[in-house]
Amino acid sequence: MTEIIIVILSTLGTLFILLAAIGVVRMPDIYLRISVTTKAATLGIGLILLASAVYFNEGPITARILAIILFMLLTAPVGAHMIGRASYFTGVKLWKKSQVDDLKGKYDPSTHQLSSKDKNSVSKDSSHPNSSEK
Amino acid sequence: MSLYDYLYYIILPLLSISVLIIFIRFLLGPTLSDRVVSLDLLLTTGIGIIAVYSIHTDQPTFLDIAMILALIAFLGTVAFAYYLEKREKND
Repeated sequence: MTEIIIVILSTLGTLFILLAAIGVVRMPDIYLRISVTTKAATLGIGLILLASAVYFNEGPITARILAIILFMLLTAPVGAHMIGRASYFTGVKLWKKSQVDDLKGKYDPSTHQLSSKDKNSVSKDSSHPNSSEK
Repeated sequence: MSLYDYLYYIILPLLSISVLIIFIRFLLGPTLSDRVVSLDLLLTTGIGIIAVYSIHTDQPTFLDIAMILALIAFLGTVAFAYYLEKREKND
């Protein structure tokens, strides 16, 4: 019974990682690739680590594995947001079939401040550029 | 087919194929951001390979290394994003 659970969990996790690998090659745009990397790979890693937790079936090892899964779930969106933000600032083009660019003209290119108004009324105070969030 | 044979002959080759496919994007990647994203995905797949290998060898000590690798992946992504933003232009 335990072996069947391990086989199912590891197979699902491996398939999700394989889908993430195919998606990161096939997707036409950096932002779509970031989306694939964040969701599919995190889910696949979580399933594989759960399979190893089921296999070892001890308290400390399960706690360690849950700590790894929690850490991955916390850090994957943060890293994806930072790399997407950096690539938007450095001028990586969107896919040519992309319909909407909501951030167009709303970032101040020098201070990296986000504002919902037009660019002339952006406050020019010397706050830290990384303090602006979506 | 036992569990160990299944892990050794099906799961680990599939993960290795995933690593090779991601490495294609790492080599192709038109911008530096693509390379950073694919490097992050390579390290994430490495965590999965370490977890499967710890089942196969029955050594739970390898999971500590998986945790360290997760830390290094996050730190690398954040550092690359920070310095990418500071750069004037990237190719």
